[in-house]
Amino acid sequence: MTIIANAPYDFTSNDRQEDFRGAMLVYVGWARHMMFASPYCWPLPPDMPFGALVEGPMAQAFAQHPDWEQADWSTATWTRNGEPFTPDLSKSLADNGLSHKDSLMFTTPGLDGIGGMGF
Amino acid sequence: MDIAVTKKKLGLKERYALMTRGLGWEPTYQSVDDVFPMDSFEGIKIHDWDAWEDPFRLTMDAYWKYQAEKERKLYAILDAFAQGNGHLTLSDARYINTVKLFINGLAPLEYMSHRGFAHIGRQFRGVGPRVACMMQSLDEMRHAQTQVHAISNYNRYYDGMANFRHHHTYLPYLQVPRSFFEDAASGGPFEFITAIGFAFEYVLTNLVFVPFISGAAYNGDMGAMTFGFSAQSDEARHMTLGLEVIKFMLEQDPDNLPIVQKWLNKWTWRGVRVLTLVAMMQDYMLPKRVMSWAEAWEIYFEENCGALFRDLARYGIVMPPCVEQVRKERDHLSHMAWCQFYQARGTNNFHVWLPSKEDMDWLSAKYPETFDQYYRPRFEYWAKMEEEGTPFEAATPPQQCQVCQIPTIFPVAGDPLTRAEHSCTHDGERFHFCSQWCQEIFEDEPEKYVQAKLGAHELYKGNLFGDADPTAEDFDPMAAAMAFLKLTPEDSGLHSDSRDAANFDLWRGLAKANEA
Ligand SMILES: [Fe+2]
Ligand SMILES: [Fe+2]
Repeated sequence: MTIIANAPYDFTSNDRQEDFRGAMLVYVGWARHMMFASPYCWPLPPDMPFGALVEGPMAQAFAQHPDWEQADWSTATWTRNGEPFTPDLSKSLADNGLSHKDSLMFTTPGLDGIGGMGF
Repeated sequence: MDIAVTKKKLGLKERYALMTRGLGWEPTYQSVDDVFPMDSFEGIKIHDWDAWEDPFRLTMDAYWKYQAEKERKLYAILDAFAQGNGHLTLSDARYINTVKLFINGLAPLEYMSHRGFAHIGRQFRGVGPRVACMMQSLDEMRHAQTQVHAISNYNRYYDGMANFRHHHTYLPYLQVPRSFFEDAASGGPFEFITAIGFAFEYVLTNLVFVPFISGAAYNGDMGAMTFGFSAQSDEARHMTLGLEVIKFMLEQDPDNLPIVQKWLNKWTWRGVRVLTLVAMMQDYMLPKRVMSWAEAWEIYFEENCGALFRDLARYGIVMPPCVEQVRKERDHLSHMAWCQFYQARGTNNFHVWLPSKEDMDWLSAKYPETFDQYYRPRFEYWAKMEEEGTPFEAATPPQQCQVCQIPTIFPVAGDPLTRAEHSCTHDGERFHFCSQWCQEIFEDEPEKYVQAKLGAHELYKGNLFGDADPTAEDFDPMAAAMAFLKLTPEDSGLHSDSRDAANFDLWRGLAKANEA
């Protein structure tokens, strides 16, 4: 559908990639770890290696959880905007095909939150 | 003046007609469509504006007299409360945080409502609804003023209220209520009155007012209680107006039904999402609780509004489909919200705390299906982290819903340990939502919601740095953002560490004890 307005209605999006001075927005959430109330949001350089996202911003956000240091990245599975996604940790975000405002969710098999209770 | 007065006094009915509808006129040198350019583009068809029945009979002079009387009583009580150091008779210092939520989140909506009703009071071509909207506009202005006055008594002593207007405009969590109202005010006049006059005032108002006002009464806040009662008789009028408008639209043309239904679906959902804040206040922030969110929902929505929707069924209106999800979230909503506010406490302008053992027992009694299984373990674990001196706190801004602007905290309905993910693309750009319902609202008018200002994004674009120079060598982005937001360390964080808690204890001690 398109908006019903009483005059021409033409406004640009508030969050285009060019507004972020070369960065792209990426969201990451951790499945079965509800301690983190939502996925988090970062502006990242598209040429940043995916592994650097894991070791940098993600570690900063998620390492308060005791499961973090046990996470095995070789068995972790990912989704991107709800669809299956297999990142190559050595390649850049752009070369992994990530777009501005993509939302990632990762699952760490065997790690099911505090007391196995999903949080 | 010596004009001979021979006319007898007008009868009540005659006087009412002259002082309301009699004030309108037919334009002769401009077309009616040019004078009222905004009441047709939404597609609502009105054939006979005179068929509008005034829901209440009130003329301006009677209105002044009546409101002035209420004002005198209100200010007498507020003065007494201030002079008697009423703030020290509160149940507990934590209560003050509900007052902060009110002044920052809700009082500015009263002012927005004043502006919105003033606007549509100009835009409807029928004189009956114009007069009714003008009076509501004045009521809402009065509500905003009395709330600011009443709460200024707290602002003298406690943090988090001094910048309520600035915070309402910029603090991320306050964009939830703000964007709700701006969405309504930027619709046409019929959508505005459906959104605010009907969905908010009629369907949801009891879910806002009863918790805050009874909460105030239970917790010894005479000031807030009094402005609540002072506004209550106005609310009755507003609810009548909202309902009258809905019936009027539905009676005027069958083509109006799908438009009205679409608005009801949208605004019931938008309203319930804003009520997340109220649910959290009821279950977590009142030291002495009135009723749980789940109980309030059962009484004020399921019972009262169920009857209302059954009544509107004769026009073809059905219960908004989103209500099914609201029911599934009923026993989770306040807990998820408090978990979010607890961990994002560095960006709030009120204080948070972990529920005590007694609080948690109350919560498990009220939420036997969910609290012990899902939420008690989180609070107990976080309490342990606090004890160990490593309190849990989110270090990164959250993803937010493009429509309601709430962080995407909501699980899949019926599956509390799996986060719901909803997104779509528009014009090559991806957008995320808390729910199917916010996504549907977006997809109906994407051009509107792509303009939303989301807190994390504004921060990352550099829009929250004020005059600070981001290229300077010693530039500290968080410090610059906090300065721009006018958020001080005293405003946010844990209640137990706060200046408010310390001062309340100190002053109350002084008020009760004799100096040695
Ligand atoms: Fe009001
Ligand atoms: Fe939403």
